[in-house]
Amino acid sequence: MTDPTSMESLHFAFDGLHPRAQFVPILVGVVGSGNLEVLLEPLAGSGRCEIDIRTSARGFGAIWEAVARDFHSRHRLAGVAISINDMGATPAVVSLRLDQAAASLPATQACPTGAQP
Amino acid sequence: MNRSFAESTARERLHDLLDAGSFEEILGPGARVVSPHLALLGVPSAFDDGVVVGRATLGGQPVLVAAQEGAFMGGGVGEVHGAKLVGLFQRALVEKPAAVLVLAESGGVRLHEANAGLIAVSEVMRALLDVRAQGIAVVMLIGGENGCFGGMGLIARCADVVVMSDIGRLSMSGPEVIESSHGVEEFDARDRALVWRTTGGKHRYLMGDCDVLVDDDVAAFRSAAIAALPGAHALSLESLEREHALLGARIADFGHCRDSADIWQAMGVHQPMAVAELDAQGVRDLQNDCAKELA
Repeated sequence: MTDPTSMESLHFAFDGLHPRAQFVPILVGVVGSGNLEVLLEPLAGSGRCEIDIRTSARGFGAIWEAVARDFHSRHRLAGVAISINDMGATPAVVSLRLDQAAASLPATQACPTGAQP
Repeated sequence: MNRSFAESTARERLHDLLDAGSFEEILGPGARVVSPHLALLGVPSAFDDGVVVGRATLGGQPVLVAAQEGAFMGGGVGEVHGAKLVGLFQRALVEKPAAVLVLAESGGVRLHEANAGLIAVSEVMRALLDVRAQGIAVVMLIGGENGCFGGMGLIARCADVVVMSDIGRLSMSGPEVIESSHGVEEFDARDRALVWRTTGGKHRYLMGDCDVLVDDDVAAFRSAAIAALPGAHALSLESLEREHALLGARIADFGHCRDSADIWQAMGVHQPMAVAELDAQGVRDLQNDCAKELA
């Protein structure tokens, strides 16, 4: 990265298990110092959970990936796009905001086989 | 219900202030109408550019409403942020709601966007006055921790009704601006008691710059906002001249005072330094007493 003022963009995608019913976009958090906003939107026709991050704190890609993997291992969302604007939140704050956003989602669609993994 | 207005986010304030479930956002975060300037400076954007706008009902009456998020860039008015406010006021000319409410929390122009922010502030003022000229009430609700300063302070004083909590602050130049331009002897921005008795809700209420003083409770702001819905004042040359006469009298009466406490004493408050300890009801009683004494 040659421009020292630029922000870092990160993208992670996971295969999900729990598809969500159609929902209106959900926003939690605020882009304030040490804080972030998390926007959840439906990702129609996809079994994936995609996470897009724009952060002012550059060089922490490995930690973001660990936080994203940890979140996905706990929720395994499918058909959800997550967009994040970050102003230097710590990993713990990011995890809490992601959990807050996931908790705001409508209930999981009934599993076609009836089995819950 | 008892929820601190100051400690709530813009979206939480709207949720608790408006009729339950009635808020319909315009250009919500999913629309991603973000600042075109911040990313170029390496500063993160917010999906709503720090202001939530939409329509709702309040006490059953239709309103248009905007809420500024003080935690994002101090509520600073950037190009998009300002355009959303202008659009909301222009929409009021078409929809003719009972009132336009602004939950103002802003340090003024977002300096990153410089001229675009300055132009935005003047456009908001023009749009606001167009709405008032149609007889639609414009109500400012000020109670965020960042106060309402700079261009946003000017906008607030263009409204029909200003509602504040004692935590809320309203002024043109903020404390740090005064200190850096006139020196710490003129104004010590770190003296919180001085800052609040100069710009805080109690002083604004006693001076008549704020019409309604409430405690720091979203429910109290809701009640005050409902009461303010029929609060449109005629915008005329006569009303402007009355305002100018009032300001002239203020300079004549209090121009020699060095501190707000001196002003309160001159107004007939017997224990001016005790004002800091009063709640909103206490200050409202105090103002009634002063008015009676002068009468």
